[in-house]
Amino acid sequence: MHEVSLANALIELVREQAVAAKASRVTRLVLEIGTLSHVDAHALRFAVDVAARGGPAEGAAVDILEPEGTAYCLDCETSVAIAARGALCPHCGGAKLLVQGADEMRLKEMEVV
Amino acid sequence: MCSTCGCGQGEKRVEDLHHDHAHDHPHAHAHEHDGDDGHWHEHPHTHADGTTHAHPHGHDRAHADDHHHGHEPGAARLVTIERDILAKNDAIAAENRHALQAAKTLSLNLVSSPGSGKTALLVETLKRIGGEYPASVIEGDQETTADADRIRATGAPAIQINTGKGCHLDADMVRTGMSRLGLPSNGILFIENVGNLVCPAGFDLGEAHKVVIVSVTEGEDKPLKYSGMFAASSLMVVTKTDLLPHLDFDVDRLIDNARRINPTIGVLKLSAKSGDGMDRWMHWLETARALRLATD
Repeated sequence: MHEVSLANALIELVREQAVAAKASRVTRLVLEIGTLSHVDAHALRFAVDVAARGGPAEGAAVDILEPEGTAYCLDCETSVAIAARGALCPHCGGAKLLVQGADEMRLKEMEVV
Repeated sequence: MCSTCGCGQGEKRVEDLHHDHAHDHPHAHAHEHDGDDGHWHEHPHTHADGTTHAHPHGHDRAHADDHHHGHEPGAARLVTIERDILAKNDAIAAENRHALQAAKTLSLNLVSSPGSGKTALLVETLKRIGGEYPASVIEGDQETTADADRIRATGAPAIQINTGKGCHLDADMVRTGMSRLGLPSNGILFIENVGNLVCPAGFDLGEAHKVVIVSVTEGEDKPLKYSGMFAASSLMVVTKTDLLPHLDFDVDRLIDNARRINPTIGVLKLSAKSGDGMDRWMHWLETARALRLATD
């Protein structure tokens, strides 16, 4: 999904944060992309690499953390870990799962010089 | 392939290109200088690919050679950010939402695959509203003003936003559209997103609800294939039901799949052409509008 738009928004955020941190260069980005966020990590890496060209984060390494999804099962009333939307409850096999997390797309931290 | 999001068949190629030069180097190297009671510290260096990291190492009290260690303020450091990547879009969406609330305007973000019948449904809907309350439309398409022209033919105000190569509307485009079009106070602003079940799911526009539209000429497994959109939508409208006698389409299976992704999603079945089910849709709109008018 929209990895180039995301990458552009990310690099804009990085630029602002680099100025705020009085950094001359950004050498590493640590991103948190939830497994249920529908962002393809490979496409995002490539898009970030392209979007960063000509700016302070050009050539920066990109670390992507992918926290697993969590959901609340309406049938057995417990919180469970799920790998994808539409997955069945690992406890009771129920299909009524309310997804609770892991759709985040965040810039967690960056390494600067 | 969508050149903005990189989705489609280009993805594989992206992956290969990246692997040509990816240089992941997350670990620190430790090496020791020939000193006994030396101290430890770190100094950074940068690889050709731009990766900078610090190597902790110990060394002797004195440097016999010309080996200098950088303790200058330019050393690599980690800055904690913890910001959403789409924070800027979300902030503009919040402004839009505030403006819509102030004008008591119900706004609906209509999302679907291309060709699901969004525009046909809107045209029929606007005819039925018939000026009873104000309604206007923001039309998102990559190219042409064809859809806005169809809407304007009903007498409703409409503005076309061409996203060019973009595959979705974002909050800033909608803000611009809202300011040029003016808000239908006490009425409904329909935002017809670009036909795409992937990208628009991630972009909040400031709408009250996303309404996902699926026609019976599509597959019953759409909710499972494009789960993000069904998870984000409050209502699923199944269109073109007049075609059902000619198809093997299993509506119940579509609904089961949608509820598997989003147990609370509402479902309406209709045909804009035959008019079947349109009354319930109009009733849903009036109820949602009444809720908007009744609450701040």
